[in-house]
Amino acid sequence: MHADAFDRFHEAESRLHRLDPRVKVVVTVLFILSNALLPDGAWAALGLAWIILLWANQLSNLGVDFSFRRSFVALPFALAAVSAIFSPLGNQLAEWHVGPLVLIPTDYGLIKFASILVRSWLSVQAAILLVSTTRFPDMIHAFEHLRVPATLTTIVAFLYRYLFVLTDEVMRLLRARKSRSAAAPGHRPCRDVAMQRLYMARVTGNMAGQLFLRSYDRSDRIYNAMLARGYTGQLRTLNAHVMKSSDWRFAALSALLILFLQLIGRL
Amino acid sequence: MHYSPAPLHIPDGFLNLVISLLFWAITAVTVGIAISKTNKSLGEKQVPLMGVMAAFIFAAQMLNFPVAGGTSGHFLGGALAAIVLGPWAAVLVMTAVIAVQGLLFQDGGLLVMGANIFNMGLLTAVIGYGLYRAAAGRSKGVRYAVAGVGAWIAVLAAALMASMQLWLSGTSQLQIVLPAMLGVHVLIGIGEAIITVAALAFIERTRPDLLTEKATAEKGGRGWVYAGVVVALLAVLLSPLASTNPDGLERVAEDMGFLHLGQSAPFQILPDYTVPFLGQTPLSTIVAGAVGALVVLGLMIVIGQSLRKRNA
Repeated sequence: MHADAFDRFHEAESRLHRLDPRVKVVVTVLFILSNALLPDGAWAALGLAWIILLWANQLSNLGVDFSFRRSFVALPFALAAVSAIFSPLGNQLAEWHVGPLVLIPTDYGLIKFASILVRSWLSVQAAILLVSTTRFPDMIHAFEHLRVPATLTTIVAFLYRYLFVLTDEVMRLLRARKSRSAAAPGHRPCRDVAMQRLYMARVTGNMAGQLFLRSYDRSDRIYNAMLARGYTGQLRTLNAHVMKSSDWRFAALSALLILFLQLIGRL
Repeated sequence: MHYSPAPLHIPDGFLNLVISLLFWAITAVTVGIAISKTNKSLGEKQVPLMGVMAAFIFAAQMLNFPVAGGTSGHFLGGALAAIVLGPWAAVLVMTAVIAVQGLLFQDGGLLVMGANIFNMGLLTAVIGYGLYRAAAGRSKGVRYAVAGVGAWIAVLAAALMASMQLWLSGTSQLQIVLPAMLGVHVLIGIGEAIITVAALAFIERTRPDLLTEKATAEKGGRGWVYAGVVVALLAVLLSPLASTNPDGLERVAEDMGFLHLGQSAPFQILPDYTVPFLGQTPLSTIVAGAVGALVVLGLMIVIGQSLRKRNA
């Protein structure tokens, strides 16, 4: 597996790609914050937020519908909000009898549910755009500049660096398990399903233990190799970020737009 | 890639601002303490160790196994990390894992990341390590049983907390979300427990030095035992109580003012974007907007200055 197996970065030449990663991180967080602050049913503001998002997609040269096509990851979680439809507040719209339950959807509940979904959907798209236009190491660097403790950002950098190495390790373990647990097609290797499940979980546990030890030893080797190369507890970067005046302009414009969104949502 | 989201990661938009910021504050303070604690005990060696261990948890979450009804169980790994690495290190490792899941895979939001780290990182560390430390020095059977029960309760506690956060945010109704979340995670937790125990037994067979009584006790003070037992008891007692009688919990929350906290607007400084003494007039709205703009401008200046200092 190659080092960029988990990369979400999409190479392109665009205004958004060139933008300082700090500006992108701050604007993304502000946008998500703004979505959370908008009251339920502020459709004008939420719609405008989507238009701004489309415009940002356009700026990224990745295509207007880029983030939209990838935005359905959080959808399964919408189940958690379904119960909001049956809020006790608001006017009753209908009465459904489902088995022993009596479900009463209300207008307030329906607006609440739709608002939660739209908010979540917009926020996910903003985050997608951020990771697609920013290299992950640059993003980590940006967090460091934004005063996230260096210890934490460096741990995240290591996680990112070694994730694909350990994923390779997992693939090897899974391949080994597969090659050792042959069964004729259509035949269960064990009659008792519960025992089989328990056995499978135990094997998975052994694999987790094995993976842990391999990772633990690997971290030791990495540390020694780093010491040999002059590691002092600080990671250095050759990629010093400097805020240009165009970055400041973009940041100011975004902040104004977000403020405008809030005013529209509240008036 | 081979990455499938677990149902515990709350996305942005599902928690309201007060709850999100409250849990961010708790998480930020705890992570800050964890950084200074691990700095002291491990020094600069911690960074490669924690980083690779975080990658381990991430990779181990790809190991799945079938549970009843066509769903597959995931390994969350918080309790195992806390037992083997110690609670503070586990908090950092889980924080890094959840941060990357949210940032890179949009599995869990950014604004609600504090809550996600609290549920899956802090609660699992307290319960997983606290209970296991209480059994340190006992026979293998006792320790493994305690570790397994701890891992199971940790998953339940995370599910319980996530449902409470959703409910306090006004997103879900308690009587629906709580039984659903707990019902799913009672099963997932069993898988978690078996994997944790099997992994622990495997590690003990190969590297017994990592799991001696002394090694366990060195990683955290006795306070963890009390904290772990109290949190685990709360989770175990609250889960069936709240599932069978959610109205009771609702009443308690109402009496204590939590419900109000969750469902009212987060800022009472400029209610409805009007300035109180100016009343509901266009002028009032304009003044309120101007105050808001000034606050944002001030924030930008502060951020800008801190950026400049770093660049110099």
